[in-house]
Amino acid sequence: MMNACPEKVIRMMDDYLDGEISPSEEKELKESLENCSDCRKIYQELTKTIAFVQSASHVQAPPDFVQKTMAGLPKESQRVGIKRFMRHHPLMIAAALFVLLMSAAMMSSFSDDQQFSFTKQENLVVEGQTVVVPEGQTVVGDLTIRNGDLRVDGELEGDVTIVNGQYMASSGVINGEIEEIDQAFEWLWYTIKGTFQDAVSFFGGNDQSIDE
Amino acid sequence: MDALVNKRIKRVMKGDQDAFAEIVELYQHQLFQICYRMLGNRHEAEDIAQEAFTRAYVNIHTFDQKRKFSTWLYRIATNLCIDRIRKKKPDYHLDAEVKGTEGLNMYSKIANDEELPEEELMRMEVQERVQYEISRLPDKYRAAIVLKYIEELPLAEISEILDLPLGTVKTRIHRGREALRKQLSNL
Repeated sequence: MMNACPEKVIRMMDDYLDGEISPSEEKELKESLENCSDCRKIYQELTKTIAFVQSASHVQAPPDFVQKTMAGLPKESQRVGIKRFMRHHPLMIAAALFVLLMSAAMMSSFSDDQQFSFTKQENLVVEGQTVVVPEGQTVVGDLTIRNGDLRVDGELEGDVTIVNGQYMASSGVINGEIEEIDQAFEWLWYTIKGTFQDAVSFFGGNDQSIDE
Repeated sequence: MDALVNKRIKRVMKGDQDAFAEIVELYQHQLFQICYRMLGNRHEAEDIAQEAFTRAYVNIHTFDQKRKFSTWLYRIATNLCIDRIRKKKPDYHLDAEVKGTEGLNMYSKIANDEELPEEELMRMEVQERVQYEISRLPDKYRAAIVLKYIEELPLAEISEILDLPLGTVKTRIHRGREALRKQLSNL
């Protein structure tokens, strides 16, 4: 019976019933339904079917459904919960471990480095907690200062790293990069970077050490 | 609604069973309805709906909160219903599709074999008859028809629940509709 009607009409009917028909096809469908009694019959039966299915009275869960369902839930022990948490959050566990280990490492090295210290270079003068490049003098080489300040009145040829201190604006010249590290967090980052570079140079330097 | 549900789900994830009771309260009738229409039997529907909630509870940590909870829950339930329907007929290779008929497999053949005699059909109430005809549909079509016409869900959501492309969902609804039309034509 269905085969008697063109497939296109059936498809348009389906599109129409899905609510996805274009206005031009809707017009075409209407014309087909007017002209073909078989098409019309199918269409009417389909809409009737949908109405029947939709009219199926809505059933309700039994009154004790919630209580029964809750009673049937597995009781989970705390250990199960922790295990599941670890299983579902491996990254978080890894991150927590990392932070724990890193903060331990950082705290120890951070407190070790609370004392004033600086790289010894020729011509440097120390005034209290301040390292000074005196006027008219030239210091050659990189300079690292911990827990102290730097003043350059002369000339410095090299990079400067200052931890927990500051570079005081002065009349001198620095031919290199200046890096100031003030906070514990930055210090941590600096340490990690340094450790990483050490590791790289360690692995990179392997061959040389064998040659020796 | 979704924000409210998500708040409860966060509590459930922290081990709060009371929050889950509120979720069961909220979805019990819709979930029961889906199961009932799929299985055609109150007792089994209750069984499977409970199982669906239990699985949702146990696996709540796998639920992606960016998604809709009802979609996830209905998916668990429809899968359980389809499993149950298949287990009821264990003696054949039921999954083998009959050649040239997408979705028509041995289930539909068996379902047709169980057809009730005409005079018995005529004695049925309309509601009863509609349920009977729905339960004769192949399970694939049945799920799509129930979600579309009884739960009145949008096609996109049905496609997510059944984990099928939109086109396949449409095809199943069309075929299910057509099969029902034929089955109900004498009503």
